[in-house]
Amino acid sequence: MIHIPILRAGLSYRSLNLAHVSHIQTGEPLAVVSQANRGLIAKDLHQAKDNKRVLEDLSVLELLAIGKKAANLFIESELPLDDALQSPDDYIHQVSGTTGLPQSLCRNNMQKIRLVLDEMEEVLDGLTRGLDLSIIDSGWGTHNKRPLSYVPQTDALGAVLPSNSPGVHSLWLPAIPLKTPLILKPGSEEPWTPFRIAQALIEAGCPPQAFGFYPTDYSGAAEILLHCGKSLLFGGGSTVAPWQANPNVQIHGPGRSKIIIAEDRISRWEEYLDLMITSIAENGGRSCINDSGVWVPSHGREIAETLAKHLAEITPKPLDDPDAEIAAFTNPKAAEGISDLIDNQLKVPGATDLTAKYRDGGRVVEEAGCTFLSPTVIWCEDPEHPLANTEFLFPFVSVVEVPQEEILDRIGPSLVVTAITDDDAFIVDLHRSSEVERLNLGPLALATNKIAYGDPHEGNLFDFLYRQRALQVNRGQ
Amino acid sequence: MDTLNQSLSKKAGEAHAQLDAHVREIVQWHFSPETGTPFWLEFAETLDFDPREKIGSYDDLKLLGHFQDEWLRGGPVRRWVPKRYADQPVYVFETGGSTGVPKNRISIRDFQIDYEMFSETLPDESFPRGSDWLMLGPTGPRRLRLAVEYLAQHRGGICFLVDLDPRWVNKLIQYGKHQELDLYKNHVIDQSLHILRAHDNIQCLFTTPKLLEALCEKISLQKVGIKGIFCGGTEMDAQFHRFAREELVPGVEFMPTYGNTLMGLACCKPFNPADNYAIIYYPPQPRAVIELVNPDNPEEPVDYGETGRVMLTTLTREFFMPRFLERDEAERAQPIEPYPWDGVQNLRLLSELQESVAVGVY
Repeated sequence: MIHIPILRAGLSYRSLNLAHVSHIQTGEPLAVVSQANRGLIAKDLHQAKDNKRVLEDLSVLELLAIGKKAANLFIESELPLDDALQSPDDYIHQVSGTTGLPQSLCRNNMQKIRLVLDEMEEVLDGLTRGLDLSIIDSGWGTHNKRPLSYVPQTDALGAVLPSNSPGVHSLWLPAIPLKTPLILKPGSEEPWTPFRIAQALIEAGCPPQAFGFYPTDYSGAAEILLHCGKSLLFGGGSTVAPWQANPNVQIHGPGRSKIIIAEDRISRWEEYLDLMITSIAENGGRSCINDSGVWVPSHGREIAETLAKHLAEITPKPLDDPDAEIAAFTNPKAAEGISDLIDNQLKVPGATDLTAKYRDGGRVVEEAGCTFLSPTVIWCEDPEHPLANTEFLFPFVSVVEVPQEEILDRIGPSLVVTAITDDDAFIVDLHRSSEVERLNLGPLALATNKIAYGDPHEGNLFDFLYRQRALQVNRGQ
Repeated sequence: MDTLNQSLSKKAGEAHAQLDAHVREIVQWHFSPETGTPFWLEFAETLDFDPREKIGSYDDLKLLGHFQDEWLRGGPVRRWVPKRYADQPVYVFETGGSTGVPKNRISIRDFQIDYEMFSETLPDESFPRGSDWLMLGPTGPRRLRLAVEYLAQHRGGICFLVDLDPRWVNKLIQYGKHQELDLYKNHVIDQSLHILRAHDNIQCLFTTPKLLEALCEKISLQKVGIKGIFCGGTEMDAQFHRFAREELVPGVEFMPTYGNTLMGLACCKPFNPADNYAIIYYPPQPRAVIELVNPDNPEEPVDYGETGRVMLTTLTREFFMPRFLERDEAERAQPIEPYPWDGVQNLRLLSELQESVAVGVY
């Protein structure tokens, strides 16, 4: 049986408390995962300063070179998995097997991680807005003839991670060249990716002290969030709610990403059909950057009908099918629960499931021993309807029709908004909207899930880890 | 080896005979009009037999069915006081109660007897007689507070107390108030640090696993003079046991225990590296018996090494509780020389409840 250990400053530790991770299709145990007790994490956090010093001994440029090397190792090499070795194919099978993400999508996600590791210099350039990276090495430098200094805000970056999609792990990767050790709590179904990334970086020359890897329970997660100094928290609404007001916890919660087609372009909506489908369904519709709402001033029903017809063609396939596009649920009851919730909310007048008539059978589908939810398009006449502004872990979208002048007041917090418009006044309003986290504009509209890793994503990691401080250097005469 | 097995087998037989005799005595006591407990006397009226005549052994307790915990919620509490003890000072202890009405158990001297027996298992080198104790854990209406204080006094020491309200801790978790929980934990730990630093003669500690972790983050217990730690109050697993011995308090005697208000105090099998830190408890038989039974058929005991639901029977003159099905499960462990009756290994909440009930949160 494969064992995934705890990493304590990079050193493997086998716990006596083991959790089993099973293949969702066969039920066969794939691995045992060592579970860390809260006190063990707390004890290790006392070493954070020492671990950070080890990382600080390397320059940013050296760490970037390590990242480049790790990018290839992550994609191509056998890497340690406790006493065994894990090949890239093993990794794909394992991630797919425990998360339900089709193998083809796992491969795509693997490439996203490779890309970020490989192009980390550009990522940092974006996050730091062109800062001379040697300032991070020395703590200060000169920028536009003025002294400039940055001070680290924490000895470690905690990350309470999700299981939904491996690509999400690219978000914490810049911490390493930013000289901040990581304290990772993997999602219970997806320990594979953060562990493999850590092994690739260690193999490439990164000090092992940069990695704490602690599969743990809620109290261990709370320990990380409370005492890491700075942390990222991924999760659904109820998971992140208690931490919303904590400035040291950067929340990566529900995305509720949207496409808005404004009045000046709505008559040409068919030109954006592919964009909408990609935004909704790519990566199995599992990401917070997948589109879950199309907001339009008119033509709503027509758009919803067309989307429903197209999306209903996406059907569940076995996880190893190269054409598989949607992910299976690890817990069939969760799939049924979501479907029941949607059906119950459809009893509230003002919304209709238009996909129902285009698909064979119900929304919940059993295929090759797995449980899936078929893509679902809701036509919402009422923007206040409970399904108008929600998201689920599968391709789900609500098409909502409201007057353009009301759209920005009604969309609520939205991680990504792709706005299709040339209307200058509306563009100004979009720029002013604090509800929009990431705004995609321009004549060549971008899918909501096309992101540039150098951009802030629910906060800027560099600004989170470093604070600019005033520096006066009096050199005398 | 054979000699050991024979000796153990003989001891186990004697223990069983002693248990049967004890059952007869306790049933006589609780169902007798002179000494009996109002609850059981009333209960006997619903039976078509006299328990004093029919129940001659532990196995015969089946005739009474399973004790229901609802019987312990609400009053009148005096219905649980045996007539013979009606003029004695009575304590009432609570268990549960994070939400709703807690269960009550009366006690007169039981908790003292339980802890006197437990005291006999504590080595004097690491729990020196005459040394003082710090009790850092749930107090309030719980037996634990008085019991640990009595233990300290029984061993010639004084007990310093820092109280913790586990119901408030449960609520903070339920409300997702992690920062408030952290503040409360620090508040409790700070008080403990003051006491430990101010009183040189404190050499023994009672605390829960989570509070021990929190305390050790602030202070070296070894350096401050703690020689023995009696740890319990909540669920404990093998990983915590190992972590405590290897990293939290190396060199300090660490005694895991399992106590509850309804049973008394179960002792842990003496530490043996071959057990790989498994925590194996033995109930204080004949005062209490734990059987592990098939969760789907509580009449069927499980085999050694198999997992079963905990069925607890308490047999004291103050409290009679036959065949109560606890919310816990464990693996059935073989008798050992010091405790020649069945034990329980890896005691934990029933699997079916593990996602809905928070345990070991303080």
